[in-house]
Amino acid sequence: MTNKETTERAERAKRKKAALGEDIAIGEYIAGKEHQSLNSLAEFPAEYQQDLLDAGIEPTERDRSGSFLQRDCSVVFSTVKYPGLELMSTTDALKEHDWLKEYLWKVVPVDQDKYTAEVELEQTQGYFIRSEAGKKVTMPVQSCLFISSDKIGQKVHNIIIAEEDSELHIISGCSVSHAVNSALHLGVSEFYVKKGAKITFTMIHNWSRGMEVRPRSAVMIEDEGAFVSNYILMTPVKSLQMYPTAYCVGRNARATFQTIIYAHGDTVIDSGSRAVLRGEGSRSEIISRVIATDNAQVIARGDLIGEAANTKGHIECRGLMLSDTAELDSIPELKATRKDLDLSHEAAIGKVAEEEIQYLMARGLSEEEATSVIIRGFLNVDITGLPDALARETKKMFDMSLEKVM
Amino acid sequence: MLEIKDLTVEVEGKEIVRDLHLNIEEGEVHVLFGPNGCGKTTLLMTLLGFPSYNVTRGRITFKGVDITNLPTNERVKLGMGMSFQHPPEIRGVKLGDMVNIAQGRKEDVIDEDVIALAKRLNISIDFLNRDVNLGFSGGEVKRSEILQLLAQAPDFIMFDEPDSGVDVENIELIGEIMCELLDRNKMPSKRDKSGLIITHSGSIMRHIKADRAHVMLGGRIACSGMPDEITKNVMETGFERCVELCVRSNEVDAE
Repeated sequence: MTNKETTERAERAKRKKAALGEDIAIGEYIAGKEHQSLNSLAEFPAEYQQDLLDAGIEPTERDRSGSFLQRDCSVVFSTVKYPGLELMSTTDALKEHDWLKEYLWKVVPVDQDKYTAEVELEQTQGYFIRSEAGKKVTMPVQSCLFISSDKIGQKVHNIIIAEEDSELHIISGCSVSHAVNSALHLGVSEFYVKKGAKITFTMIHNWSRGMEVRPRSAVMIEDEGAFVSNYILMTPVKSLQMYPTAYCVGRNARATFQTIIYAHGDTVIDSGSRAVLRGEGSRSEIISRVIATDNAQVIARGDLIGEAANTKGHIECRGLMLSDTAELDSIPELKATRKDLDLSHEAAIGKVAEEEIQYLMARGLSEEEATSVIIRGFLNVDITGLPDALARETKKMFDMSLEKVM
Repeated sequence: MLEIKDLTVEVEGKEIVRDLHLNIEEGEVHVLFGPNGCGKTTLLMTLLGFPSYNVTRGRITFKGVDITNLPTNERVKLGMGMSFQHPPEIRGVKLGDMVNIAQGRKEDVIDEDVIALAKRLNISIDFLNRDVNLGFSGGEVKRSEILQLLAQAPDFIMFDEPDSGVDVENIELIGEIMCELLDRNKMPSKRDKSGLIITHSGSIMRHIKADRAHVMLGGRIACSGMPDEITKNVMETGFERCVELCVRSNEVDAE
């Protein structure tokens, strides 16, 4: 596809409403002013440091192989400390690598909806992360997309490539200043997991009440490749809709999605994960834990599509209701197009059981403490596939986010 | 230690326990026999203060404090503990976490102290890392309950059927730890802990000595006596016959 064709397709999709989620008037949002580059993350204004931390970003860059920070529509910081790792803005990467254009809009269709079209036509940066063939970058790369001004429309295009037999661990934080009343985040992320490679992607969304968010992510996984996504959202958001999709095209490709959502306030979320099992012996596991309270409305989706021999997939959606004015829809879907495969799902929505509270009270906890232990336990998914240090850190981030809401 | 006076308890509007009296002194262990549905478990749940057990008459005094209307955790703070027969499963909360909670610690790691405690009950680290009661076998539930009590170290412990569904090997181990929890290995004058054991089968009584035994029928304590005698009568003749024998001997005494 030439640039011209891509642009034309985007133009044609400019008004194409998304299949899911409420339609957003994206014309109301602006690019805002340019921000100056920083020499280190520590130079980022003090008033925003906590927002970085809340999104899992380590301002000291300790134990990170690289750091990337985009403020509104400007890339203000990007550094790499590890040989074999590349990290820069997508714009710079396209200048540096002529071949990179082949990766644009390959797994996410440019004309999927008006949001993908908008990112093509009005792109405001985004990041490029790549691990070279055979390089195992066990220390995580951190990347933060930050919104600091009102009415900003952030429209990023991210490309992540793990070359053959390489390993990449990413902590991606999206965060917003508490001073922002209303803003838009459109994020296209295209992941390429080459033969024998592995990507773990731990994403923390730290939004606020006025944020409208439409991520558009897809992953291509080749032979023996593995992709693990851990998604955590504990803050309110005005409207979020996403349905990241993993295409397991290679033999024995594996995709895991784990989603933890604590929806409160007037949050509206439509969030799903989909895996297309196209390679022989490919596997996927989709796990979600959703708590809905206050007036939150959540749709939790999961979709497995089995198209190849000896594929296997499982969806586990669990929901916990804490309010009579919240709403939670759990929608797991399975589709098979041949006989030699195995797909399953389980979905459950429940309450904090009285007898569980009493049991914990019989061990000395107050009613509030007991409820908190049960909620924490409910959300406690054993995050697999992460290096030890990162797993510990992810747990810490999770605990921190939870403490803020409880 | 514990004084129950005129206790009447309703569950969902139905009277389950009627005008029950019971005193358990410091250092004493009582055993309560009775058929299914006689109100044994209701009595324990009421003593622990579970909200669906409604005290309509009477008073419960523990360590001199009227606890009739205290919430469960306040009673636990005063020194009550319970080994449940059918504890609920709690997803994402590990047995190790429960041990920390029972010890009153804020820790969320399963450390050496917890592991050492677990070892005494042949509980492995893997088992400590399992979600509490989720898929536990009957014997595993008992050992998990006793482990939590070891961590909690209450002054007064209620055991709801500690012997049901436990194999011979484990029952001996459970009996041994129960003896320790209830100061049974100390001289009678040195015993501070008290206990109330509910048993349907009575098999735990081969491993722990009690001071008093009672038979509960129709929500009341129908007879009381020496544990050996009552256990023997219950085992050989059944609950009702035991009560008859008991009543008759009381009449003989009265004459």
